[in-house]
Parts: sequence; structure tokens; C-alpha cells
Amino acid sequence: MRPIRVLVAKPGLDGHDRGAKVVAAALRDAGMEVIYTGLHQTPEMIATAAIQEDVDVIGLSILSGAHMTLIPRVQDLVHAQGRDDILITGGGIIPKEDVDTLERRGIGRLFGPGTPTTELIAYIKEWFATREKQEA
Amino acid sequence: MSSNRLMDDFDAGKPAALARVVSIVENHREGFEQILGDLHPRTGRARRIGLTGPPGAGKSTITALLVKRFREAGLRVGVIAVDPTSPFTGGALLGDRVRMESVALDPGVFIRSMATRGSLGGLAAATREVADVLDAFGFDRLLIETVGVGQSELDVARTADTTALILVPESGDSIQTLKAGVMEVADIFVVNKADRPGADRLRNDVELMLGLRKGVSFGSVPAHHGIDLKRMNPARAAREAAAAPNPAEWTPPVLSTIATKDEGITDFVAALDRHFAYLEQSGKLGARRRERLRERVMDIVEQKIRVRLWKDTATMSRLELQLPSVEEGRATPFAVADQLLRQSGELVRGEEDK
Repeated sequence: MRPIRVLVAKPGLDGHDRGAKVVAAALRDAGMEVIYTGLHQTPEMIATAAIQEDVDVIGLSILSGAHMTLIPRVQDLVHAQGRDDILITGGGIIPKEDVDTLERRGIGRLFGPGTPTTELIAYIKEWFATREKQEA
Repeated sequence: MSSNRLMDDFDAGKPAALARVVSIVENHREGFEQILGDLHPRTGRARRIGLTGPPGAGKSTITALLVKRFREAGLRVGVIAVDPTSPFTGGALLGDRVRMESVALDPGVFIRSMATRGSLGGLAAATREVADVLDAFGFDRLLIETVGVGQSELDVARTADTTALILVPESGDSIQTLKAGVMEVADIFVVNKADRPGADRLRNDVELMLGLRKGVSFGSVPAHHGIDLKRMNPARAAREAAAAPNPAEWTPPVLSTIATKDEGITDFVAALDRHFAYLEQSGKLGARRRERLRERVMDIVEQKIRVRLWKDTATMSRLELQLPSVEEGRATPFAVADQLLRQSGELVRGEEDK
């Protein structure tokens, strides 16, 4: 089976990338191919990287509070390129009602602070297995 | 997405379709042979430039600067950046895009990260195939960046038209420059971080090695006092040979860059152009590309035999059956191998596929 490809990106203006790096390393250790793009990414940069790298999953780390703007924007941009099959997930400090709103938009699970990385890994692997089954 | 639709989008220049085709080829998914076969007549346009060097030498930063120069010249650029796969988990962290942010949004640029997936030559096994896909898509320049290499990862020289080796002052002393391996395959040497101590020395060491390789040595110098040694100095001979291009013979230039300050890149681009002109004029370009195709066909043959033999349960059980006698010394591994090959003739010819 081919490795799952994940883009780990840090949109927006806050400069805290420890969380994103921990997640990137954990996904790598779980056998995934992780494309890491660094700090201060615009939604356009994230979408372009996701398309070119043909990733299965986009993982966004947002601590700035701008999630209601940035996450839907990334989603719109990848959809505009015909890639509505990419899972957009992520984490950060995101209030419950925003999580619900985003999930209704088709965004995947969003994880709060303190979530063990194993939970994220299990979620991605399960989602990927389900999608592969649908394709086959 | 149906494969016809995919190839239509590919032909229309859609990056999402290109990315998907790259994945199919990288993963050897069903239909990849057909795709590569269809694209083959359209390959051969792009100049393929390989960048290699030790980890942290500045390969990605220099790649981004080259992309920028090529774009200024109106050229479309594809980048393949390779990083290592963990032999323990199969995972990889592909981080070369971080340094290429400044060109990431340019629609004339396509960057693809690849993990080595067990390949040990500095590139992924499918890098050459992916390069063919990018070539057929219509890029004018392909930049192929290897993993951080040590001494013996030489796949890049078999993949690129021009191979540039990026070194830093910390890369080692003159003994390192004399060793076999990656030092021998470079068409262009770049000493990056040239503002650091030791850069001039390294440059001189590399030039000395190149001069010695050309057969210039100190051997005929009678004494060392009061004699003009310049004419006998192998480093100087290499420097002069590189500066005065000879259409029949290429002497690799040794360039200095400071990538973080964008210094020396113009010279690098000029050296790339000079090398390509040399390849064309000397006929070496055709020779290199033919050699590449020869290796490509041989690789495919080996791959196919491997898959056909070892995925065949009958062959595997015949092998299992023979193992005890090999263990006991009644048969040799060579004899068993010959026997397996004889019994699998039809399989190797692919006649059992149909």
C-alpha cells in the first residue's frame, strides 16, 4: 500500500509552529509522507502546495483565531481545482461552535490542545482506509 | 476521474491533473505504463539539471534562486525535491518547500516533493519517470534536487543533463576532494556559504583535484625557490581551462555563491548555459540521453522480471522446496537460481500474463 501523503501547514500570522512540528514528526513516525511548508502560509500557498503534491490530507494548525476565515478559504481553493476528495483537518484553539460550523461545511475533525497524536493518526488512517475502499 | 479525462486535463495544462499523473507514475498504479508510453514522444525538450550535495549545503535555497532566474527569462520550471524515507517506519518529512516559498505561487512553477522510499542512490526509484512526466507537460527546465548526500549517491548523474555539486566550507579538506564518487560526476562545482572561513581553501582544493585529473601536476617542477610556479600549478590550470571553454572538452568550473544573499547565482546560471551548449556542440547530449534510455530499458526489464518471478506462487514454492538441499550443501544457490530461471522461461517472457 502506498504511504498516505499529508500537507502540514501553518496558515496565518501567529508564529507558534511547535505544535505543527510535533504533529508533522508524529505523522512521519506513523509511516506517512509529510510535506511541511513552514510558517505564515497564505491559503493560496497551502492550496497550491496541496494540489502540486497531490496530498490526501491537509492538516492545518491555527492558533491565531482566524480559523473561520482561513480554513474555509483553503477548502474553497482546493475545491476550485477539482479536488474535493482531500480531507481537511487540523488543530488549534478553536471554540466548539466554530468546530461545528466548520464540520457542517465538510471540514474534518479539528483537534484541541492536549489531544494525543495517536488520536489524530488513528483518525487519518481510518479516513484513508474508508476512502480507498470506496475507490476500489 | 477517468483516465481519458485525466489526460485531457493534463494536455490542457492543469496542475491538478499533472499532480495526479505524477502520483500514478510514482506509485506505479494501474495504467502508469500506458501513460509513460503515451508521453514518451513528448519528452526530451526540458533541460534537466541535477543539484546534489551534503545536507544543509543550501541545495533548496539555490534551487529557489535558480527558479527565479529562469522565470525572469520567461522559462517554465519544474522542480523535483527528494528527501529520505525512514527505513524504520516508511514515513518521511519532506521539507524542501520551506525554502522555495518565494516561487511557490508562480503558475509557471511546479514543485513536487518525493520520498526516497528505500532507494539509496540519492533519488527515489521513480524520480526519472516523474521527470519524464514533467518534461512532457512542457517545462523548459527541470531542477532535480537530491537528498543530502555523502559520497556515493550518484543516481543524479544518470538522471540529469547537467549535475551541479553544492559544497560548503565545512565539506572537508583536500583529501575529501580526491576521493572517488560524487566529486567525479559533477559538471559544475558550487562552493556555497562562500563568506565563511575556509571557502577559498575549499575552492582551491577542488580546482587542484580537477587540475590533477587533467594530468597537470607539480612533477616537472625542478625546484621551489625563485621559480614561477604558476604555469605548473594544477589548480590554476583547471581554473584557466574552465574559463576558456573548449568545445571538445569540459573542465568543471568551481563557483562561489552566498545563496542567502543571492550572490553568485548569475554566474551559476551562466555556467549551466555554457555546459548545456558544450553538451550540444560536442555531441555529448545525445550520448548522455541515449545512455539514459539504455539504462531505462534495462531497469524496466529488471523490474518486470522481478515482479513476474517473485509474485508467482509456483516459482516461490519451487524455491522453498529447494532450500533444504541448499542448507545441507547438496545444492548451491547458483544451481538453484539457474534451475528456477530455466523453469520460468515462459514467465519471464510474460506469456503467462495472457
